[in-house]
Amino acid sequence: MLVVAAAAMVFPFLWQLLTALKTVAESRAVPPVFFPSDLTVDAFARFFDSVPVVGMVGVSAAALVIRVGGQLLICSLAAYGFARMTFPGRNVLFGLFLIMLMAPSQLFLIAQFDLMKSLGLLDTIPAIALPGIFSAFGTFLLRQAFMSVPKEFEEAARLDGANAFQIFWRVMLPMVGPTLAALTVLTALYSWNDLLWPLIITSSKENMTLPVGLATLQGQYGTDYPTLMAGSLLASLPLIAVFIALQRQFFAGIASSGLKG
Amino acid sequence: MSAVTSRRGATRRPALLRISNALTGLAFVAPALVGLLALYIVPLISTFVTSFTKTGPFGGSTFVGADNYLSLFLDAEFWTALRNSLIFTAIVLLGVPIAIVLAALINSVKRFRTTYRVLFFLPVVTLPVAVGMVWRYIYNGDFGVINQALAAFGIDGPSWVADPDVAIYAVAIVGIWSSLGTNIIILGAGIQAISQDLFEASSLDGAGSIRQFFAITLPLLSPSVFLVSVLSVISSLQMFDLIYVMIGRGSPAEQGSQTVVYLFFQKAFVEYDRGYGAAIAIVLLVIIMAVTALQFRLQRKWVFYG
Repeated sequence: MLVVAAAAMVFPFLWQLLTALKTVAESRAVPPVFFPSDLTVDAFARFFDSVPVVGMVGVSAAALVIRVGGQLLICSLAAYGFARMTFPGRNVLFGLFLIMLMAPSQLFLIAQFDLMKSLGLLDTIPAIALPGIFSAFGTFLLRQAFMSVPKEFEEAARLDGANAFQIFWRVMLPMVGPTLAALTVLTALYSWNDLLWPLIITSSKENMTLPVGLATLQGQYGTDYPTLMAGSLLASLPLIAVFIALQRQFFAGIASSGLKG
Repeated sequence: MSAVTSRRGATRRPALLRISNALTGLAFVAPALVGLLALYIVPLISTFVTSFTKTGPFGGSTFVGADNYLSLFLDAEFWTALRNSLIFTAIVLLGVPIAIVLAALINSVKRFRTTYRVLFFLPVVTLPVAVGMVWRYIYNGDFGVINQALAAFGIDGPSWVADPDVAIYAVAIVGIWSSLGTNIIILGAGIQAISQDLFEASSLDGAGSIRQFFAITLPLLSPSVFLVSVLSVISSLQMFDLIYVMIGRGSPAEQGSQTVVYLFFQKAFVEYDRGYGAAIAIVLLVIIMAVTALQFRLQRKWVFYG
């Protein structure tokens, strides 16, 4: 039974790969042709001709780096503050963060769009990345991690004359490495796969992310299935490769959070 | 930290030190707070206010009271979208029992356990847009593999995602397919947390593996099942990508198959009816809160906290 279920999981991927290597005529054949009679990479060539693939990869990668880097820095600072510092209003502010965990993202989109417009950031890469930097989930996860670090480490560093930021940067951050790794892969996943926000905030071909570009491609070449399969395959491969290399971090992230999308 | 502070604080300037500590703490959370305020809290208030306004054809907005909400409730399109969102969510929830069985099976095999986890997780790391494109091809009414396989048994399959009566169900099956991986990982972690002693003791008493599944695994796993169900509902009610790629934009099934978030996108960002879009977003929040609250209420009847 497991084998049958696993086959059902894999079949669409296999079909995607096989179709990407077929001619358009073969992709529409009745009865279906399973293995392409003469292998062709024309579909990949058509994909590169019809959308600015290199540019799309660049935009997606740049947005991912800004979002992941920004989120790790800002969320870990805040998480450390919430975990170990005392200041007035701490619990109220942390509560505000948690409420944002629950709210659907659609609630913020219209006003986030207006904000980007007034900042002059419409249709730019920073605008794609910015909202995702501030993550209630990341702050919460890292706060839990910081709280489980014994206080002796900080006290020892303080006796050595380290200031609060040095303690955070040199002592505490390295201690929560596994959580940072899990958060990195999850944030990278969300950033790479996100469709709705980039679709709203970008308008030019130069600033299309991969998901937006693929959706556009489908609008133009709706029936050229080999090209669509070639494009969707190439766009998914980077993250699938990262996942196969870093399975443990992905599973740890998902298991600790259970959050998706 | 408190030990050091109090020792030093007792000898000199305790109040000053406390203020400086508070400032350090605020400095750490300040960047996140600025972002939270500018990108989430202010937008939330603004969406709420916008939902009571109407934007004129040349910009500028006027207060219209509850008009947007009233027209929403009188709008057949909205009810269709809500019905579709609920159907999609209900079907994705049917994937939870499947995930439980698969997680238990994966946990029981000795070899290739990691391979299975990786295979089931593949759709989770694949671009949803790509997933939608592949399945749209598989579902094609004329030459998609599903209908060709059905034809081999003499069955004339529907046009799936191009047929407004069938489309939402077809997309929801892809929703199950894409969410199995996440659910299996969370449930698998739950199964591994169950004490092995319980299984050993019960096999000594002669319980078979099916009996063990229902008598031990299922009850002790119920908190994880609850978590997975809550998360599935929250994310399913917000589903957008699959509908956009598989049904959206000019498909014959678009009108009858859109979901609440798809309608929100259409109204707010395609037709630029911002007040109406904002009202949809607020109603979506209320629906998600209501369904989640209902789940928390029902959990008392079936979730077992050992």
